[in-house]
Amino acid sequence: MAITNSYIQEKLTEKFGEQVTSFEETYGMLSFESPKEINLKVLQFLYDEPTLSFQFMTDLTAVHYPNQKGRELAVVYHMHNLVENVRLRFKVFTDVNIPDVFTASKLFEAANWMERETYDFFGINFVGHPNLKRVLNVDEMDYFPMRKEFPLEDQTRIDKDDEMFGRG
Amino acid sequence: MDHHIKLPEGSIERQTTTLNLGPTHPATHGVFQNILELDGERIVSSEQTVGYIHRAFEKLAERRPLYQITPITDRLNYCSSPINNMGWHITCEKLLKIQTPKRVDYLRIIIMELARISDHLICNSIVGVDSGAYTGFLYVMQYRELIYEIYEEICGSRLTTNIGRVGGFERNFNATAFDKLEKFLREYPKVLKEFGDLFTRNRIFMDRLQNTGGISAERALNYGFTGPNLRAAGVDYDVRVHSPYSSYEDFEFSVPVGKTGDNYDRFLVRDQEMWQSLSIIEQAYKKVQEFKGADAEVYHADVPEFYLPKKEDVYTKMEALIWHFKIIMGETAIPKGEVYQSVEGGNGELGFYFISDGGRTPYRLHFRRPCFIYYQAYSELTKNGMLSDAIITMSSLNLIAGELDA
Repeated sequence: MAITNSYIQEKLTEKFGEQVTSFEETYGMLSFESPKEINLKVLQFLYDEPTLSFQFMTDLTAVHYPNQKGRELAVVYHMHNLVENVRLRFKVFTDVNIPDVFTASKLFEAANWMERETYDFFGINFVGHPNLKRVLNVDEMDYFPMRKEFPLEDQTRIDKDDEMFGRG
Repeated sequence: MDHHIKLPEGSIERQTTTLNLGPTHPATHGVFQNILELDGERIVSSEQTVGYIHRAFEKLAERRPLYQITPITDRLNYCSSPINNMGWHITCEKLLKIQTPKRVDYLRIIIMELARISDHLICNSIVGVDSGAYTGFLYVMQYRELIYEIYEEICGSRLTTNIGRVGGFERNFNATAFDKLEKFLREYPKVLKEFGDLFTRNRIFMDRLQNTGGISAERALNYGFTGPNLRAAGVDYDVRVHSPYSSYEDFEFSVPVGKTGDNYDRFLVRDQEMWQSLSIIEQAYKKVQEFKGADAEVYHADVPEFYLPKKEDVYTKMEALIWHFKIIMGETAIPKGEVYQSVEGGNGELGFYFISDGGRTPYRLHFRRPCFIYYQAYSELTKNGMLSDAIITMSSLNLIAGELDA
C-alpha cells in the first residue's frame, strides 16, 4: 500500500505535535514546515520511521523572502521515499540576521555540497558542516548573490562604456 | 620569497606529491580542478574545486519570462540539451496546468530519447578514448551528427537547441526530419552493435574498467546518485518509470541495472539504455504514424497566453497580435504556485523547483543538477586507486561542466 500524504501528516503530528505546521498539498506533493531547531529531528524521524523511510535526499536549497520579518530565509528539503515512490517538501525558516541551521550532511552525504551551495548563494550558516566554504563563487566574495537585495543589472542603464556589447 | 610554490604542510615528510589535475586538462573533458595527493601513482586523497563556468542561471531566471529561460536550460547538460528543454517545458506546463496532446508527448519522447542516445554515446565513447581506444569514438560520432541533423530539421540548431515551446513544438516535424529519423532507426542498431562488440568483451577494456571507481548501492543513494550511475550500483530508480511524464507510461521498456557500480557497470548500463531508447523511439514513431487526418497535424496545445501564434495570424488578426506582443514582452502573469518536476536527464534526475509569486517571472527557480550532486563522491570513488583509473572514473561518471556549475 502506498503511503498517502494524510498518513505522513498524521505520523508527523503524532510525533512532533504542534511543532510541525503549514501542511499543504501543492501539485500532489505534501509540504510542511517546522522550527529550524528540530530540522534534524524531523529528517531523522522521516528516515528512521519504517513506514515512512524517506531515505533519499533529492534536493536542498533556499529561498529568500525579504518581506517576512524574522523568517526571511527558507531552507527547502525535497525528500523521496524510493520504495513507495512518495516525495515531500520540508521547509525551515530562519531569521536573515541569525541564519544558523543545523547541517544534514551527517545524515546524507548528498547534503554536503548542496549545503555549501546554499551557503554560497544565501549565506545560510549550516552549523556542524565539515567544510562550509563557497563552492561555485570565488572565495573572496563578501556577499550572498541570490538574496533579493542584489538585483540584476538594470537593462536600461546608459552609463556604461561598453563598445564591444553595443552599449557605447 | 613568497611567490614560490607552496607545498601543503607536511607533504615533504609524508613523501607524497601534490598534483593539480585541471582546471583545464585534456583528460578532464571540461573545466574541473582536482587537487590530488599522490603516493607514486596512487591517490591518497583528493579535493575537488568547481565553479569555473558558473553563470548564475538561477539568478538570471528571476528576471526572465518563461520562454527566455529555455535557452538557459540548454547550457546545463549540453550533451543532451533537448531533455533539459523538455524538462523545463513540462515544469511550466505542470504549473500552468496545461494538458499537452498525445502527439506532442510522443514527439517529445522521440527527441528526448535521441538526446539520451547522443549523451550516452559521447560518454561511452569517451570512456573508450580515455582507456586508449579512439576508433569507437570517431565511428559513432557520425551518428551523433545524424541526431544533430534531426534536431536541426526541427528547431534549426544543433548543440544548444532551444527546442520546443511551452505547450508543444514551435513547428510540426517536416518530412526530412522523419526521413532522417528513419535512416537513424535503420542504420544505428548495427553501429551500436558493432560499438558494443568493440568494447564489451574486450580484454584490455575490461581490465581497465572492472573494479575501478566502484560504489555500493547504499553509498550511492546516500550520495544522492541518480540515473545510470545509480542504476550501475544496482538500484532500479528511473524517473521515467517512477513518476512518468510526457506519457512515458504508454511505452514498454526495461531499466537495465548493474551490480558493482564500477566503471564497467556504468559503461554496460549506458550501453543497454541506448538499446532501450532505440526501442522507445521505434514505439513512439509508430504511435506518431497512427495519427490520421487533423490529429496528425497537432504539434502544440491550445494555450494562447504562452504559445506564440502563427506569424501570418499576427499580421492579420488582432487577437493574435495582442498575444504575440504580450508573450514577447513577457507580460503574461504566471499563476502563483510552487512546483517540483523532474525528468530523467542523461545523467540522472534533473529537477526544476519553480516558485511563482504570481508575477511575470519566476520568484525562484532552482535546478537540481545530478552532476553537481554525484561529483561529491569522486573523492571517495578514486581514493586508493591509480591516477589513470581516476581519469576513467571521471569520464564514466559523465561529468558535464555546464550542469555542474549551472
